[in-house]
Formats: sequence, structure tokens, C-alpha cells
Amino acid sequence: MTTYPMIRTVGLAGVLVTFAPAMSDAANRAALAFRAALAGEDWPEVQETSLSLVSVYLTADLVVCDLASLKERLITLLETNDWYNMPLPEGRTLWHVPTVYGTDLAPQLEDAAAAAGLDPDEAIRQISTARVRVLTIGFAPGQPYLGTLDEAWNIPRQQTLTPSVPAGALVSAVQQLVLFSAATPTGWRHIGQTAFRTFRPWTASPFPLSVGDEMTFPKVSRAELEEILAKNDTGQGGAEQEVLP
Amino acid sequence: MSAMLHVLNVGPQVTVQDMGRKGLLAQGVTRGGAADQRALVEAGALLRQDCGLAVLEMVGMGGSFRADIDTVIALTGGEMVADMDGTALRWNATHAFPAGATLTLGAVKTGVYGYLAIAGGFDVPCQMGARATHLNAGIGMALKAGDSLPLAGAVHQEPGLCLASDRRFSGGDIHIVSSAQTDAFASSTLDRFQETLFARDPRGNRQGVRLASDGEGFFAEGGLSIVSEVITEGDIQITGDGAPYVLMCECQTTGGYPRIGTVLPCDLPRVAQAPVGATLRFQFLSMEDARAREQTARLELDRLASQVAPVVRDPGAIQDLLGYQLIDGVISATDDPFAHTGEHDGISRS
Repeated sequence: MTTYPMIRTVGLAGVLVTFAPAMSDAANRAALAFRAALAGEDWPEVQETSLSLVSVYLTADLVVCDLASLKERLITLLETNDWYNMPLPEGRTLWHVPTVYGTDLAPQLEDAAAAAGLDPDEAIRQISTARVRVLTIGFAPGQPYLGTLDEAWNIPRQQTLTPSVPAGALVSAVQQLVLFSAATPTGWRHIGQTAFRTFRPWTASPFPLSVGDEMTFPKVSRAELEEILAKNDTGQGGAEQEVLP
Repeated sequence: MSAMLHVLNVGPQVTVQDMGRKGLLAQGVTRGGAADQRALVEAGALLRQDCGLAVLEMVGMGGSFRADIDTVIALTGGEMVADMDGTALRWNATHAFPAGATLTLGAVKTGVYGYLAIAGGFDVPCQMGARATHLNAGIGMALKAGDSLPLAGAVHQEPGLCLASDRRFSGGDIHIVSSAQTDAFASSTLDRFQETLFARDPRGNRQGVRLASDGEGFFAEGGLSIVSEVITEGDIQITGDGAPYVLMCECQTTGGYPRIGTVLPCDLPRVAQAPVGATLRFQFLSMEDARAREQTARLELDRLASQVAPVVRDPGAIQDLLGYQLIDGVISATDDPFAHTGEHDGISRS
């Protein structure tokens, strides 16, 4: 019988602390809170920490560090809290990102709506009013995985990949949304298009989003998006942001 | 005006690289940097400079280059056809590169990745802590003809030095350690994985190298339902068709395919440099043995600088320069020069 949280090594590069065998909101929040606690410990052998959907990954040079001692301290730290019931951190950002749904800019909206058992207008209503949280950032630079959508949106990835969807695409599968950093082939369905850049290497702050931030994707017209695109040097894509208490 | 290296002609995949970026995993950016880090250590040893300075990495094909100052270069990694104004250059060595001379690096002869390092390094702008091009992340671009790269300027200028060539360019035995998802594979699958002779598939790049084999794939139990999880360089990912991919320096930070194990860092250059069709075989080590092996490899890398020697004869014909006791000047006429092959192979096979 496997028990969680689970501590495993990852090659000789680090240690993974996993809070559940599958994605769940409680496990994601646990990982978020535990990563913050771990950062606060400032252990000398921990080089960096990152977050996947349900795990915290800490990189440490396992060739030279004392793995037994590191594991012991992780177990001790895990025992200090009920990580699955921790509040979300303060000072997170809520982003509102203007989004065109459907049209040739996001040609799989109707397909996704059908998979979710909704008519297209209802699908747009649900997604454009949903408030989702950044569950993890990864795969590509600054790219957020967002959730969790209603059960109706538990739609599978497509069997065959769409050869390329552009940067700024809003795509959906498995009760989540992803906002693409760069053009990429994908099995997720392309339901919306934004001008928001999640990776801005030309600026002093290349990564605008943080794990735990929340996002909404209000519907705009194609003309409005084109107006935004005409002056989008910052990559902000017309997004507004506010600090959550 | 700063000194420049001018790119006259260039192959399709020539990029500025260094040791890559650390500290950005949480933002979705993997290390990147040189695919064969050992080649950078060799370049640093030869030029007697920091191995973290920026170099050019050339995949399969180099280019022709001209500098507007007198400088010195080192050529390391996979050996390429090389000449300076028509005079052939030996690999794994430093050479004077006078202002106005034309350096031409052609097709790779051994391995996959060749490296051109220059005294002082390439002084392109640092982005997020490194100068490395990370094409997958959209940081930097491949070089094209007509580009000019700023040179930092040399501290040491010592042509005519060489290192014994290493033997990591034709595949071989690769040591691996179990990883977070190794338990998802049946022990019979793990056994079969270690018994299989794989060939490096043509599908391979800085993100990953596909391994081809006869026979059935290497499926995890419940393989496709694994939650997306962190990737580390060297992870061997089993894709939908059961074929392994060794994930390399420019891979993604997370992935949903199960990982059967992870290649030891000291054996990764051997995977990167295995040419298409080269045979690779994997062997699991215990965590303890893996640590010991990696430690030994690191010590050997640390000693590279002390193994740099002047070119006194054509050492290209000698596999192990140190075996010849150059200091004493005594070389036995009866010794087989190839008998030493492998003993001082820094990437180490036993």
C-alpha cells in the first residue's frame, strides 16, 4: 500500500515529494504550501525548488549530499502541518486576460464544447466567467496549467496532435486550461486566443505569472483583440491585474 | 570597437552555448547549455580558462569564420574536418587564429556535436544568467552567415597544446540509476531493458535521443495514466509506442510519459555524441555505486587541465599521450601504442 506524501529520488539530481497519485486540488495546495515552507528552511544542499501538479521537486547534488539526512529533515518538516488543508498564500495576483473564443483564431471551440456536452454559447459562457488558479508552471517557459474546471470539462486529449497552435492560445483538456508560451503541437483543444505572453525574455521580468495566481479569460471581439495586438510591445495582451488579499 | 568573430558560412544548427541556466526549473526552463558538457571542460583546460565561457556548438556541420584580432582557438567534442587557410588542423588542440585568417570547420567525422572555443569566450549578452542559446525556450537563435559575435578578449594565448582524444563518440555502455517511476515497470521489463542492444535512432536532438530496438516496447504497468511529473536531464522516457527516449539538456521541465531510469551525468556526453546507428546498452547501478562512479568521473574531469600537453609529434596517432611518459622522453619501441586505449578514458568504462 502506497502512502502519501511520498519521497522519491530523481536520478542523482534531486528529490520529489508527492502528495497524491493523481491531480487533486488538495494535493496541489499542499504542494504549494510545502514548497513555501521548504524555501523558508533554506537548507544548504537544496539548490532550487519547483512545483508540479501534485509534487514539490527540490534539486540537490545527490552525488555529494547526505541523502539520508535530507530525507529525515523532509519527513520532519512534513509532520509539522496538515499540508492538505493549508490556506492559499497572501499577495497573489488575479489576472484578467482578454480572449477571443472560437472563430478561425481558435477553431476547436465547437469541438471542445461538444466533447463537454455543451452548446458553444454555453461553453463560452462557462470558460469566460471561470476563475482558475495557476496549478503549476512548466513544460515550456512560464507556461501555466490552470484549474480546476467543472467536471463537464473533463474531456480527454485528442488522439492525434494538432500540428501547431500559436503562442497565447488558450487550450483545454482534463478539467484544465493551458495558456501556451510558444507555438507548439498539442493534443489539447484550441478554444480561445489571447495576446498575453507568458514568457517575455525581452523584459526585466520574463515570467509574469506565479504558481497560485488566479486568472479569468473575459470574452472580447476579434476587433478588440486586434486593437490590443497593435500595441502589445510588453506582451501584456490587454490584461488587467489586481492583488488578491 | 570590440573584437569580433565573423560568420562567413555556417551549418544549420550552430549556436552559442555554455554550461546553461540553473534556478529556472520553477519557471519552466531547463538547463540547456552544451549537449556535451565534457567538451566544454576540455576546451577550458586547453585554453587555460573558465570552462563556463561561451563557445560555439556545431551539430553535424561547422562553418567558416574569420576574426579581426589575433587570437587562439580550441577545437573539442566530435571531430570535424578542420583547416585554417587550407592547412589541416588537429582536433582536441589549440591553434593560433590570426586576424584575417579563415577557419573552416566541415562535416563531423566522429560523434555528433563539435565545439569551437576561443580565448576569452564569446561575449554575447547574458540572458537570465547565461549566454546559452535555448531554441526550445525561444532564447537566442541559430547562427547564420553574416552574423558577427563579440569576443571578450584573451587572457592566455597558447597555441599548440593538446589533450588525448576521448572515446565517447561511438556509443557503448551507459550507466543508469532508478528514478521516481522505475517502480512502475515490471522487473522482467527492467531486465529486458538492460539486455537490449539499442541503436541511436535518426530522431534525436538537443531535447532527446530516441533509441531503436528490435522486439516489443518497454511499457509501464498502467503507463499512460501517470500524472505529469518533473523531468531531469538524462531521464529515459518511454513514449506511447514503447520506445525509449533519453531526455537531453533542452528537454521540457515536465512530462506525462513514465521514466524507466536516469542516465548518470558522466555518461550523458556518450549518449549525446552517439552517432545515428551507434549501439547503446544500459546498466542499472545501485544509488551507492552510481554516486561512487559519478564522483570518480568528476575527479577525472578535474584532472584534465593537468593532462594538457604541448603537441610534440603527431599525437593523433597516439590514443593515450600520457602513457608515453613524455617527460622522460623514453618510448619503448616494442610497446603497442594502442594497448593503453581506454585506461585513461576520462568518461570511464571499466
